[in-house]
Formats: sequence, C-alpha cells, structure tokens
Amino acid sequence: MELFKNTNFDFLGKKWPFIIASLALTVVGIGSLAVKGGPKYGIDFRGGAVMYVKFAGKPPVDQIRRSLGEVSVQEMTTENEVMIGTELKDEKTLDAERRQMADKLAATFGQPSSGKLDFNNSSVQALTDRLREPLQKAGAQLTDQQLKELGGAVLDFRNTPPRSGLLSSFDQLSGVPGVTPVVLNILKQECYLSSFVIRQVEVVGPKVGGDLRRQAVLVTLAALGGMLIYIAFRFEWIYGVAAVIAVFHDTVITIGVFSVLDKEISLNVVAALLTLVGYSMNDTIVIFDRIRENVKLSRRETLETLINKSINQTLSRTVMTSGLTFLTVLALFLYGGPVLHTFSLALVVGILIGTYSSVFVASPIVVFWHNYTESKRRTAGAVPAKQAARRG
Amino acid sequence: MRKNLNTKLAVIVVTVLVCIYGIVGLPKSKDELVKNVAQNLRLGLDLKGGSHLILQVQVQDAAKAEADGTIERLKEELKKAAIDFAAIDRNDPATVEDTDKIQIDVKGIPAVKTSEFRSLVADRVPAWVLTPVNASEYRMTMRPSEMLSLKQNTVKTSIETIDNRINGLGLTEPVVRQHGRADAEFEIEVQLPGVDDPARVKSIMQTAAVLELYDVKGGPFPSQEQALSQHGGVLPFNTKMVRSVRTENAESWYLLSRIPVITGRDLRGARPGQDEFRKWQVGFTLTQEAAGRFGRFTEPNIGNRLAIVLDNQVKLAPTIQAKLTDEARITNLSNEQEASDLALVLRAGALPAGLVPRAESSVGPSLGADSIHQGIVSGLVGLTAVVLVMLVYYRKSGINAVLALVLNTIILIAALSYFQATLTLPGIAGIILTIGMAVDSNVLIFERIREELRTGKTIVAAVDAGFAKAWWTIVDTHVTTIVSCAFLFLFGSGPVKGFAVTLVIGLVANVFTAVFVSKVIFDFELSGKRQPVALSI
Repeated sequence: MELFKNTNFDFLGKKWPFIIASLALTVVGIGSLAVKGGPKYGIDFRGGAVMYVKFAGKPPVDQIRRSLGEVSVQEMTTENEVMIGTELKDEKTLDAERRQMADKLAATFGQPSSGKLDFNNSSVQALTDRLREPLQKAGAQLTDQQLKELGGAVLDFRNTPPRSGLLSSFDQLSGVPGVTPVVLNILKQECYLSSFVIRQVEVVGPKVGGDLRRQAVLVTLAALGGMLIYIAFRFEWIYGVAAVIAVFHDTVITIGVFSVLDKEISLNVVAALLTLVGYSMNDTIVIFDRIRENVKLSRRETLETLINKSINQTLSRTVMTSGLTFLTVLALFLYGGPVLHTFSLALVVGILIGTYSSVFVASPIVVFWHNYTESKRRTAGAVPAKQAARRG
Repeated sequence: MRKNLNTKLAVIVVTVLVCIYGIVGLPKSKDELVKNVAQNLRLGLDLKGGSHLILQVQVQDAAKAEADGTIERLKEELKKAAIDFAAIDRNDPATVEDTDKIQIDVKGIPAVKTSEFRSLVADRVPAWVLTPVNASEYRMTMRPSEMLSLKQNTVKTSIETIDNRINGLGLTEPVVRQHGRADAEFEIEVQLPGVDDPARVKSIMQTAAVLELYDVKGGPFPSQEQALSQHGGVLPFNTKMVRSVRTENAESWYLLSRIPVITGRDLRGARPGQDEFRKWQVGFTLTQEAAGRFGRFTEPNIGNRLAIVLDNQVKLAPTIQAKLTDEARITNLSNEQEASDLALVLRAGALPAGLVPRAESSVGPSLGADSIHQGIVSGLVGLTAVVLVMLVYYRKSGINAVLALVLNTIILIAALSYFQATLTLPGIAGIILTIGMAVDSNVLIFERIREELRTGKTIVAAVDAGFAKAWWTIVDTHVTTIVSCAFLFLFGSGPVKGFAVTLVIGLVANVFTAVFVSKVIFDFELSGKRQPVALSI
C-alpha cells in the first residue's frame, strides 16, 4: 500500500498561512502565559503539599473544603479522585500540615472515634498488629509469618484493580486465600471501611522546587545547544539554527496549550517536552538530510524548489512515522491512567506540532536565510570596485 | 555470501538469547518466570509505589554540639591552669547556611594571663582559631578545614545511621545516599520502594534517638520558675532542667545532674518486649565498661531516682531499687509498634544532627498497582496498532520492521536489567521516543527502497541502495539525539537522567535492529531465490 506516490505539493509556496498560524498559536500561548502569570507549575516545581485522594463515590468536594479549611480542592479527570493542595510554606509547616490534612480527612470521612482500624488506609504492619491478639483469642493459631502473609494477601487484593485501594464490603475478601470465616469475622470486628483512600502524597519544600525549575530550564537549553552545534557541524550552521528555532517553537506552543487548558507543568511533563524535542528534531533532520542530498545532486534548481522536492520525497515517511508515533502516544493518553495523563497530553500536542514545524518553520527559515544572503551577494556584486578596494 | 550471512545470523541469535536470559533468567516454572521478570525489571517508585524523600542534615546542630564540647573542655583546662574567666558562651546559628558563623566568646581573661591563655587554646583546642576582641575578651572560630570535615562527617554518619535504621525495618532495596553537592547542600536522598506506611518510616528516620540516663536532683516541678525558686532562683551548680513528656496539659520539669551517667553510645543492644503487666517496653543492655560504671553509680544511689531522657525529654524517672549493672529498660510504652520502633532506633544509634524533610513523594500501593496495569494495557494497545499499520502498509516487509521493533524492545529491557537501572515514568518517555525513532528508521529505509525500485533498479540493488542511503540520515538523527542525551545526563537530576539513559540504550539498540538485523532478514530472504522478481514492500 502506498499513499503518497510522487507527490508534488508546493509546501513552501503555501507557507504564509501556516507561518501566520504558527505565530498566532505562539502569541495565544504566550498571551495565556502572560495573563496567568507564567506557566502553572506542578507541585514538584512550585513547592507545597498535595494529596491525591480517591473516593468510593463522587467526591464530596464541598464537604472536603468545609472540613479542611484553607486548601485548594480540584477534581481530577479520572473517576472519583480529587487533588487537595496547600500553598507554598516552609518545610516544617508543610510536613505538619500534610499530617493535619490526613487526620481531618479521617475525622470527616472515617470513623476514628470507633476505635477500629481504617482498613482502606491501613498498612500491612498496622493490620497484622491489630489482628494478632483477637485471632489468638478466637483460637486461630497463626505464626507471625503466616499472619504477615495473610495481611499481605488481603491488602494486595484491596490494592489491585478494580478495587484500586477501596474495599466497599469485607465480604469481598472471602475469596482471598487464608481468609476463613473466623478471620473475616475478626476483620469486621476490628476494622471499618472508610470511603476514601489517600493514593499519593507529595510535599516539596520551596528550595527544592526552585532548584528543580532552574535545572530543568538549564538542562533543556544545554541540550538544544548541543544539538545546534552537531547539526551546524554536519550541515551548515543555518540548518542548526533553523532546527533549534523549530523545536523551540514546538516547546513554546505546547507549554502555551498547557497554559490554555490550565494543566500543570510537572517534572514528568518536562520529560515529555524533552521527548518532543527529540522527536521534532529527528523529523527536521530527516528533511534536512534529504535537502543536502538533493543540493549535491542538482545545483541548477533553486533552493526553494529543492526543499519542496525534499519535503515531497519524505512526505510518505513523515506521515507514516508521525502517524504511528501519534498512535502510541494516543494509546498512552487514553489508557495510561492519571499518572501518565498530562505526560501523554504533552506528547499528543507535541507530535502534531513537531511534525508540522519541520515543514513549515524549519524549512522556510533556511530558504529565507538563503535568499537573504543571495540578495546581499548580488548587491555586493553590483559594486565590485568597492569590494576590490577593501580587499586591497 | 551465504556463509557471511550465517555468521551474522548467529550474532543475532546469540544477542537475542543473552537478552532473553537477562529478562527471564532460567525459569523452571511459570511462577518462577513471573518472579524473575519482576526481579529483573526494576520499576521506579512512581510506578511501583513507595516513598522518595529528600532530607536536609542540620549540620549547624553538629557545629553547636562541637562548640559545646569545646567549651566544656576549655573550662576544665582553664581551671587546671588556674586562669580565671568570667564567661564562655557560644552563639546560636539557626540555619544550615549559618553553620560557618559558629563562634565561642570568651570573656574576662585577666590581662596578665594573655600569653598563657593563647598557648593553652592553641595547644588544647587546635580546631579553633583565637582572635582577641579587646584586652580581656576573645572570639574563637572554627578552622575552615575542620569545619569542612565536621560537616562531611555529620552527613556521612547521618547516612549510615538512617541506613541502619531502615535496614532494621526489613524493606526490599532501600536506597540511602548523598543528594546534591556534598559541600553545600547536606542533603540525603532516601528511596523506600513498596513502603505502605511512610509516616511511620519518616518518624523512625527523623527521631534523633539520643538516649541519656541522669541522676535526678529534684522534681518533678510544674514549671521552671517553681523549680528555681526552691534553689534560691539560680540553677544549682552542675545541674540542668529537662522537661518531661508524660503529661497531658500541665508541664513538668526535672532537675538533673548535668553530665549523664550513661549515654546511647554505651548500649550494646535493645529489644522490644512485654513486662509482667503485659505492657510494652524496651529492654537494653550495656557494654562491659558502661555496666561497671552503671554499677558503681547505682549501688550508692539506691532509693534515689534515675531519669531516662530520650531526645531531651524525660521519658520516665523510676526509683533505683537495687544495684543495676548491664541491663535497664524503658517501660510503659503505648503499643508494640512504639516499642519495636524505639528499640530499632536505639540499636541503630543516634543521629549527629537533626533532619528536616525538604521534599517527599509517596505513591500509595493501590496507585502503583493501577499504574502498572494501565501501563501494560496502553503499551499493548499502542504496539498492536503500530504492528497492524506496518503490516498493512509494508506487507511482508512489515514483518521485518515488527521483528526489529520487538527485538529493540527486548534489548532495551534486557540492558536496563543488566545495568540494574530502574524504569520510571520518564524512562517510559524514553522508550516511547525509542519506539518512535525505531519505527522511523524502518520507514525511512522502506521508503527509500520503494523509491529505488521506482527508478527501475533490480530488487537486490534497490535494497542495498535503500539501506545505504538511509544510513546517514539514521546516523544524523541518532547522533543528534545522543548528543542531547549526553547533556541531559551531565546536568539533569534523577528523572531526567533516567530518560537520557533509557533513550541512549534504545537508540544504540535501534541502530543494531533497524539497520543490521533488518538487512540480514532482507538478505536472507533474497539469497534464497536466484533471481527475485518481486519484493513485498
């Protein structure tokens, strides 16, 4: 099967609408960043305390706000999960506050006063400590090892999907090996099931956050610089500059899209941005490589024609590769779950823009520069006397 | 040609076998296979669940302790040398950054004793530099080299202590190591895979666990003022005031001798247990030397009280009933966990300085389980889609690409396993880019072969030309990316480094699979026929 056989689209002839679109996107992105006061940083860059809590039903957002006081509560795209965060404080307060948040959650949505153990938020150690004596009294003779295994098996069952950390009834456990009716009764007697589970906790002090942010920017710039030098060495320096500008354009637009959608830039999104830098660079180099080859083959044609030809020759490859990579990333976006969500979003946006920028940003820059130096040389040629004088 | 091809084929087969061995080992059953894979494929904390902490060692604590020790020693030496002094004090640097500002102020040295005092300081406390403020006052600051080694030792001892404590918990593969620059940040990184109770582990790590046993001189008093009023408003010589813990709202203070009888360093062991009333306790044993000292102290002090002070708080102050030698215990603990945690920290030793958490990230076990599940599902969906499209679009040659792709993934995972690298979320980003570039290499080659075929070349020549022409493009794209990875690796932190490492391994593997392996498969197929007439591409 072949989709693009000997195509001859005039990409560079139609470059203006695309360049304008690019500029518009960039402006919208930068505008959104300016209005919102810079990118919305994730907790790892900003500093603060964040807790991801999953509820058995729809999260009672108002109740959470009421009982926890000064916190931000945000519903996640994944089902029944909320993100509860506090703002930037110094390290010691953050730690204390995070503990308070957990205590208040337990007080509001659990039954700490009953004296029972919260099964859904319990650790293996706490569970086995709790069950040891009642089990002995009930006549179940278990060694410490057996008890530990039992605790591990029960909690493993609780943790695996579809339970995903929340048990709604103790009877669900009856199929777990080692859970006899006696054990089940004691579990019911010693534990209760709260309607929430704390899935993830992140506490970042202000200094660590600032350091990470600086480092991420620095590292990205260093990597871009390295690529520029290599491409300049392999091609001409203008190719290196063009490729880096194109990649920079992709990054800015992606960050802009994040700003417009109100998504946070976390360390994982930075990893995604680096991926997109690599991807977009790869795409640009493939086209440049073809341009270099075509320039060697035919010196007669104008650079613009040659570049157009090169883009057309690599079009089939561009569409195939982008399409396939896009498919992988789309799968990640759709099925990857909350942890991979923002990460894959950055790639979904980035791959589209990265592919497009190789054709409509990187290539026109090379043409512009070429035409500019050409016209300069021509005007220089018109006044040879002056040049000769300078040489002399 | 055929023989040459066989050698190449052998290279590929051996590589595949080595890689598969690296991932699955030599399993004898299905359970063992699953176990081996889980063991070899190290998932990072963000995927598996667990805690990641960055703690800052409060090195100023160690500097203060060092200054306190120096003051004690200096006072004694001055007394021995019969040099009078009015006061010796230190300042109180509050932050890590201020550690270097530690200083000892000596006041009221008689002018006639100046040279004697100077030589005594130079002789007895050589770690400190003496500068005169005026005729009778002096300031002592720490030598920079001494300060540096004090800081380094403090961080090193902290790491060792935390390591000991965590090892006592029986976790699998915990990591405790220096984080950031050694000379300026004093940070420790702790990774605790699979921890399901991070709060508890954190408190175990952060407990200073400074245990001291003192002679009780008086108390308990409801307040410091009341204690002082009984002694005419001043603290009696060689005593100090310490707060007690076991009170609800009311404060309670003890007057203790200034120098402890026994300290945590005298411990030989500590273990949790239950007393005669089934209350939890920690019993500890002393070293031989300390046991002798303890015996000599307790014998004449029967009927007096002994204070057990943990982290500057009186835990309890029982009356000495009989001569004690090598054993003592802390009773009345609230539960088993408190007892076993206390015994653990006492065994592991005290921290030389406080620890402040700078960052923590804990992923609960259920989120970890979900992430793995979703990671596998999305990975399979994505890969299946790629395979299908490749097979439809490039027909039989698509098989080449799929084989190369699968082999690439196997090599990548095997390399991670051989290097004992962990797979984190940014690592997955690296894998995605690898797959993207692997697909790209195949597409580049195939498209080139199609182009060459269109110009009317024979199949064998077209395949050769296709590979040859795509080669430099592949080199350029790969080297550019590897160059950028080198920068990421040099300047990046943990997650970014993980991305770079995974990507470089993947790219190197890709050059092998997409170019070498794929070519061998083509050659093998073409060499079978004398005059190949059609290529399924």
